[in-house]
This record gives sequence, structure tokens and C-alpha cells, in this order.
Amino acid sequence: MTRFPSNTRSRKIAGAFYEGLCAGVALLTLAALAWLLAGIARGGWGTISWEFLTQPPDNGMTAGGVFPAIFGTVALTLLMIFLALPLGVSAAIYLTEYAGPGIAARVIRAAVNNLAGVPSIVFGLFGLGFFVLFIGRGLDAFLGEKLLFGQPAMLWAAATLAILVLPVIIVSTEEALHAVPASQREAAYAMGATKWQVLSRVVIPQARSGILTGAILGVARGAGETAPILFTGCAYYLPRLPIVRIPDTPIWMINPLDQFMQLSYHVFIMSTQSHNPTLVRPIVFGTALVLVTLTFLMNLGAILWRRRYRRMREQARG
Amino acid sequence: MDKGIPLDNSLAHGRTPVVRLRASEGLSARRRRQVLLDWLAEKYFAAAGGLAILFILLIFIFLAREGLQAFRTIDPMRFIGAMTENVITEQPEFTTTWQPVSEVPKYSLLPLMMGSALIAIPATLFSGLVGLACGIFLSEIASRRLREIVKPGMELMAGIPTVIIGFFILVSVASLVQDLFHTTRRLNAFVGALGVSVVIIPTIATLVEDAMRAIPREIREGAYALGATRWETIRRVLIPSSMSGIAAALILGMGRALGETMIVLMVTGNAAVLTFNLFKSVRTMTATLAAELGEVAQGSEQYHALFLVGLVLFVFTFFLNMAAEIVISRMRRRLRL
Repeated sequence: MTRFPSNTRSRKIAGAFYEGLCAGVALLTLAALAWLLAGIARGGWGTISWEFLTQPPDNGMTAGGVFPAIFGTVALTLLMIFLALPLGVSAAIYLTEYAGPGIAARVIRAAVNNLAGVPSIVFGLFGLGFFVLFIGRGLDAFLGEKLLFGQPAMLWAAATLAILVLPVIIVSTEEALHAVPASQREAAYAMGATKWQVLSRVVIPQARSGILTGAILGVARGAGETAPILFTGCAYYLPRLPIVRIPDTPIWMINPLDQFMQLSYHVFIMSTQSHNPTLVRPIVFGTALVLVTLTFLMNLGAILWRRRYRRMREQARG
Repeated sequence: MDKGIPLDNSLAHGRTPVVRLRASEGLSARRRRQVLLDWLAEKYFAAAGGLAILFILLIFIFLAREGLQAFRTIDPMRFIGAMTENVITEQPEFTTTWQPVSEVPKYSLLPLMMGSALIAIPATLFSGLVGLACGIFLSEIASRRLREIVKPGMELMAGIPTVIIGFFILVSVASLVQDLFHTTRRLNAFVGALGVSVVIIPTIATLVEDAMRAIPREIREGAYALGATRWETIRRVLIPSSMSGIAAALILGMGRALGETMIVLMVTGNAAVLTFNLFKSVRTMTATLAAELGEVAQGSEQYHALFLVGLVLFVFTFFLNMAAEIVISRMRRRLRL
């Protein structure tokens, strides 16, 4: 057994020193974050203008705006969440409501955690190997098309990202479902409801805001990822928007089989592959600021919203 | 025993109480439809739950399917090194480089693995220290109000797109580091490790905090009752008892660091030469994939070699994740007892 030193005062001073050290490190970490955000904001502020946000790139990517990249990012993440949300919510419902404590739940949880730890570039490889080449080329062969599905496209990029954000959505939804009190379920069962009725009319409506938080966190995560879409659909420069008119109607929709520009990819490609790095630097800063603002606001909104309902839950429990 | 109404047990274990009704014959058509719907819903949710397993398997299968084909044309020895002729001395020598586009393609995985290690190990050590301090601060030291500022800050930090971190390091931090350490290369493994730390510090801090908060209050009070100060309690009671959680945090952080792609692609200099120097340019496995896969012909030798790199990366991170998973589930079981 080690004995505590006898001098109380020096013990207290040492304690205060180490505790101060921990606090200092934590605050310094936050300061580094603030420095990074301020650096991006200061660098990008001068570039942001109405033209920058609404015009396509011009003059060999050295002038103009980033509208196609903004549009591509929004369209991609919408398509992604459209694919990921139903699957993630359903998987979370299975885990919390059906699986119980058995081996099945443990294996699935292990798989979900593992999925969260798969390197994002490996998702890119998988997207290329599975979605583009296996499914896409397979569809082409099956339908007798020459090359329609079997090439990088927004659909495949969105599907790849959907798998990547699945763990985010599953974990948030699980938390939201756990927060619904057992008494509510029991009351519904007591009235003769089937499990599906309990879920669809009692549990899921109450968990809605938690599920929404998960969706927003997922969208923010997906919007910032670059590696998974490198080979599955994003384009360096694409002046047209990835939209298509539904035949015989005046309605335009996102064309999931087209390639697209994307903000994070734009930042990457412009900062590393440009012929004239100093000339395009303001554009990169501006693009980075747009991207940071988008993801930051979504994350902040989700975090604040989650905190609110967590607090409400604590109050409800007393 | 009354088997009629298995209320509490069936609810707790996720069984449908309605199952009982299936046996009775005289159900109304409406009720029968509801029971059928209920049955369908259960099957659907079970299928969705299995998806995570399916995706992990699919990822492994497709990486292996493309990657293992590399062994058909490339001798396994060449993934370690190859005998080549030195251009200047014209002497044969054993080279360990990754240079798939050359007269004799070189596929040594050693420089890539070393590059990944030179990023991941320093980043994990640094982030481990910082993350531990942050975790201790969040769990034990910070007042409730301070915690409610620092914690969301950490979460926001985790949410910054990695290209942004890469870009910021590229334009400002890298030069600062070069001035500070007088390195020959502006973009090197050290800068990369620094960037990767930004990503994994929040992960480690959160996991450390969770591990410490899971320790029952009685244990702290016991230490106080013995006359320990708060720091002595942290240092000699809480850190030792949350050791497995801290270990899991480090393992997971390391997995993240190994898998980080965009930051290392942008700021490590991308020189695929074997080096042990932290201030030299390196190239990680992830950066190699990101840089080369877009420009390679599908089905070519290099294509399969790249998928092999991806397979190696996946297997590494898979085992790290599983190790962390096992450590955490053991910790949970122990705390529950």
C-alpha cells in the first residue's frame, strides 16, 4: 500500500496543480478549435458574396463561385439520408425493441461499432467495388444497357455514404427509443395493442425528435466526408447541375445517375491539385467557410436540441 | 404458475405478448390482420438489424475478392521488397519502395505501413495524453456549467470535416511547425500526426469521460473518507479503475488514426519511401489508396494491389475495433457486478 504524504498543504497544492493542468489542456484544446474556425472564417470572409454562392466556377476554375458544389452537396446528402434513415431507424428499433439482451443483439452491436470504425477510404473502395462495379455493371448487363449504372454516379456515392452514417443514426435512434418510458409501452399493451401498434403509434412518435437529431448529425457527417466519394461519383468540374427533367412534365428532379461537384472534394482538389495555388487560395478559403458553416450549424443545432430533450427527460424522471 | 399473462417478462425481453392470441381461433378478421402486420413488422426489423453484419461482411468480401487477385500475378515477396538495379551504381540492390508506375512496378507495403505507423502512433500518444486530461476534466473537475460549454465544443470539434483540418494545416500550421522545429520538409509525418490528433482527441476524451462517469459514486466517497484529496482520488482510484476504458479509448483512437485519409493525404508530403524519421515526408496506406485508385485501370495489377492495401487496412482496423469492443464489454460486465 502506498501511503498518502502527510503534509496536507503540499498535497492540496499538488492536487490543484494537476487539476489545473487538466483544465488548461481541455481549454487549450477548445482554443485550438476556435483558432481553426477563426482562421477559416477570416480567410474565407472576403470571398463570400452573392455571386460566389450562386455562380458556377469560371475561367478554368480560377474565378466564379461554387454553386454547383453547394447544390451537389445538398443533393448528395438528401439522397444519402433518404437511403440511410429508414434502414438505421429500423435497425435501432430491432436492437432496442426486439432483440433483447441475447447474443444476436451483441453481435449486431459489435458490427455497428465496427462499421463506425471502418476507415472512410475503405468505404470508398467498397463503394467502387460493390456498388459501381458489381451492382452497377450487373444491372447494365441485366438490362442490356451499355454503360448506364456501371459508372460513378450520385446514387452510388449516396449509397456508400449511407452505410458510413448508418452507425450515427442507429446510435442516436437507440438513445431516443430508450428515452421513451416503459410505462407508456405497458399502457398501450394493456389496451390490447400489438407490438407494431405500440411502436408505430406510441414509441416512434415520442422518439421523433431524437431520431431527427440523429438524422441531422448523420447529414452533417455525410456532408463533410470526402474519401468515400472520391471514386464513386464526384467530379472535379461539372458546369451543369446533376438534374434531369421528368419526361413529359415540367418537373425537374435530381439525377441520381449523374456525377456531381461537392464542397469537401472541391476544397481538397483546389488546395492540392490546382495549377496556381496562390491564385485560387481565396476560392478554397471561401469554399471551406461555406462547408464549415453548413456542418457547424447542423452539428450545433443537433447538439443543442439533444441537450434540451435530455434535460427534459431528466426532469421527467425527477 | 399462471401462464396466462406474461406481462413483465415478455416486455423486458422483447417478446410480443400478442403471441398468446395466435393460438385462439375465434379472432376477428381485423385482429388477425393486426397480428399478421405485427409478424411482418418483426421480420422486417430483424432484417434491418442484420444489415450492419451484412455490410461488414460485404466490405470484407469485396475487398478480399479484388485484393487477393493481386497474388495471381505478383509474387508475395514483392509486397515486402524487390531486387532491382540501382540507377547510378548499376549494382543490384534490395529496395523497399511503393512505386507501382515504373518500368518494374514496386509494390512493397513496408513504407506504407511504416508511414501509417509514423502517423498513428505519435498521434495516439499525443491525443491519449490530451484526451485523458480532457476526459478527467469533463468527468471530475469541471463544474456543471463549464462542462456544458466544453462538452459541446468537443462534439463540434469531432464534427469538423477532415478536409477543412487538412486545408488549414496546409496553409498555416505547417509553416508554423517548420519555423518552430527547423525541418527540411514542410509537409511531414509530424504535421500529419498533429492533424490526425484533432480528429481523435474528441473520441478519446469522450470515451475516457464515459469510463470515469461509470464508476460508482461510493468508490469516490470511500477515497474521500480515507482522507484523499480530489486529485489523489483521481490519480490513485479513478484512473486505475477506469484503466480498461482508457485502454479501449486509446485502441479506438489508434484505429481512427490509422484510417484517417484526407488529412494525411493533404499534409504528409506523400513520399512512399521507408523512413523512421518523424520529420520526413511519409505516405500512409490510406493516402495511397486515395491518390492512386482514381487513376488506375480497373482490373489491372496495380488495381488489385491497391485493393490488397485496402484489405490490410481493413483487417488492421477491424482487429483494433474488436479489441476495443471486447475490453469495453468486459468493463461493462464488471461494473454491473
